[in-house]
Amino acid sequence: MGGGLYSTEKKEFDKNLDLTRIKPYGDTMNDGKIQISFTLPIEDGDKANYAAIDLAKKMGVKDPSVVYHQILDESFTFFIIYGELIHTVDVTKIKTESVKVISMTMEEINQYIKENIKRKLIVIGATTGTDAHTVGIDAIMNMKGFAGHYGLERYDMIEAHNLGSQVSNEEFIKIAIELKADVLLVSQTVTQKDIHVRNLTNLVELLEAEGVREKVILICGGPRITNELSKELGYDAGFGSNTYAETVASFFVYEYLNRKNKNG
Amino acid sequence: MKAKSKLNLNFELVEKARNIARIIANDTQIFINNHTTSSIERTICRLLGIDGTDEFGVPLPNIVVDHVIKTGQINKGVALYLGNAIIYTNLSPLNIAEKVSQGQLIITDFPRGSLSEIKEALTSIIQKNIGIIRRNKQKREELIKKYGEKVEPLIYIIVATGNIFEDIIQAQAAARQGADVIAVIRSTGQSLLDYVPYGSTTEGFGGTYATQENFRLMRSALDKVSEEEGRYIRLTNYCSGLCMPEIAAMGAFERLDMMLNDALYGILFRDINMQRTMIDQYFSRMVNAYAGVIINTGEDNYLTTDDAFDAAHTVLASQFINEQFAKLAGLSEEQMGLGHAFEMNPELENGFIYELAQAQMAREIFPNASLKYMPPTKYMTGNIFKGHVQDALFNIITILTNQRIHLLGMLTEAIHTPFMSDRALSIENARYIFKNMKDLGNEIMFKEGGIMQQRANEVLNKTIELLTKIEKEGLFKTIEKGIFAGIKRRIDGGKGLDGVIHKDKEYFNPFLEYMSIELNLGGVK
Repeated sequence: MGGGLYSTEKKEFDKNLDLTRIKPYGDTMNDGKIQISFTLPIEDGDKANYAAIDLAKKMGVKDPSVVYHQILDESFTFFIIYGELIHTVDVTKIKTESVKVISMTMEEINQYIKENIKRKLIVIGATTGTDAHTVGIDAIMNMKGFAGHYGLERYDMIEAHNLGSQVSNEEFIKIAIELKADVLLVSQTVTQKDIHVRNLTNLVELLEAEGVREKVILICGGPRITNELSKELGYDAGFGSNTYAETVASFFVYEYLNRKNKNG
Repeated sequence: MKAKSKLNLNFELVEKARNIARIIANDTQIFINNHTTSSIERTICRLLGIDGTDEFGVPLPNIVVDHVIKTGQINKGVALYLGNAIIYTNLSPLNIAEKVSQGQLIITDFPRGSLSEIKEALTSIIQKNIGIIRRNKQKREELIKKYGEKVEPLIYIIVATGNIFEDIIQAQAAARQGADVIAVIRSTGQSLLDYVPYGSTTEGFGGTYATQENFRLMRSALDKVSEEEGRYIRLTNYCSGLCMPEIAAMGAFERLDMMLNDALYGILFRDINMQRTMIDQYFSRMVNAYAGVIINTGEDNYLTTDDAFDAAHTVLASQFINEQFAKLAGLSEEQMGLGHAFEMNPELENGFIYELAQAQMAREIFPNASLKYMPPTKYMTGNIFKGHVQDALFNIITILTNQRIHLLGMLTEAIHTPFMSDRALSIENARYIFKNMKDLGNEIMFKEGGIMQQRANEVLNKTIELLTKIEKEGLFKTIEKGIFAGIKRRIDGGKGLDGVIHKDKEYFNPFLEYMSIELNLGGVK
């Protein structure tokens, strides 16, 4: 048994929350408890067990305990490990850039566009590359929207074009130019070996090559997307799961006006 | 023996719905019978033994069919010219195709023999290749008899590494853990290719190319595990997209057991031209019917695009329509894997009850169908722990309502293509529930006039309304208006329209003739 459960052993933990030295919380401040699960491509047995424990130690897990292991196939074994992470992180030094928008409602957004932009904003969206999932782009764009939040197709002052899934970057740009889109929304749901990052990067490169990158507001979204990542890749913003149409719309409406004001 | 309806369904209404669907299908079938497509003609080439590529990697079936298209005579059917060329050259269809690809032969140039001479010239090769398909069907039946057929729901899992050899490792592992059906997801975008790639492949996006060689490799790997496990492991691929019938022929040659094969899916979700899809689905389904393949229809897709509660009747309507098209192509009820899915919003109060009503209704309305039940995907969040519970609820419905083909939900849905361990955990989840609740379905009745009964009858009534509307408009018009999944498609829009060919009165497709007689469809009309 690994340490922890009903243990009477004295532990030298600082029980106070120290934001400069944050670590995972199991049931006591700073106990560092984490769970890990993975598969090793070797036969189940003592050797495999040791290998799993050694790996956990190398990850910085103190007293790793294999609570469960199971043979998956002749030469594959699955492990569930609990242990205490030795690492800490200084939260006070972390700078994040989650998109800060004051979210308006659909009606407010329509009104805002009417008053300030005085024409419909043209928005195109797609799941690009090889990803076949439309869940993300549908949630933002479909008339019905998601979880009671209407999608952009329902916005009077937005001309929304949902191109669906598996749209190549080239095709996407072609249509963007044809429709004179103001805003491009790119969704990436499922990824395999980080293909979404390559795909998103490729889109930016192509937009730059076509000389239209600066003319559009470029936004990506999906469960693996953070705003930080998207900025790194050259996007104006990135939204994760559980984002609704009005948040995205509020962002691009403000961004559109900001740019307009900047450029005079 | 017909079990008593637990939902107190009005079976007169069920019959009414079935009759309307029959009229809709028959109406469309008139159009289908007057047409062929470039992919059907390529399928005929394949069934006549033409395979392989030229030096540039262009498949020989494409070369031969394009060659006849160029002469403007494809409306008589490629078989006519191949048969005629055999009379004059005494070469096999494959040799003829090779000569065509090298520019040494123009098969439309020979003086035309009589139709009976042409048919005679094709007979031996047709018999030989149809024989392969028939023997594959027998082999499957023998193996299932030898190992014993599983009575519980078949656990269906997906592999999708992009590399057929890696797929084999994953598939064998999954089979050993308890999977009964292995589907090799196709490389993204293959459905839009107007040719079938050739040979074994090791690179694909989000899946692995469907090629005949890949089919053969996986089939032989699964036969090995079947032997070890004493369980017949079924192999599935995708008979959809622009090469629907060609994939059916390849699958028939390599003993695939199931094919995704929906009448409407390609139109709605891949923007393939509706005329092309309707004509293609007919011949592809006939090949599947002849090969003893179970088709899987794609109604689950309506529910990922539309709301599962509100759109439930579109699923039932589509199941009725798919059933009738399947019958016209000679598929038995047992070969109909009509689809549906567990996709209601988890926040919906009594959502489980509505899901249960829908699944039970499908079971009672299509008692002999090999119903295909799809897991939650739309509301899977990345919270793998909750996801595992959502999948558990889905598993419960399958065992309670005796669904046949259970596409296993993965706790990591919406995150990545499954790891080996994801699959193992999900199989464990399903097996636990299937075993623990094995006979629960037989033990429970639903309350008279309760939520379940009311819901099922409400969906049935809405289905009849929808079917009546479709009957009035015709299927093509209905799709143009966006009734299914809220997606509008134009009759002359989408991909593949250029491959739609109006048949000349001389047209003939020897396989359509042969199979429709064998399948008791009364031959070609």
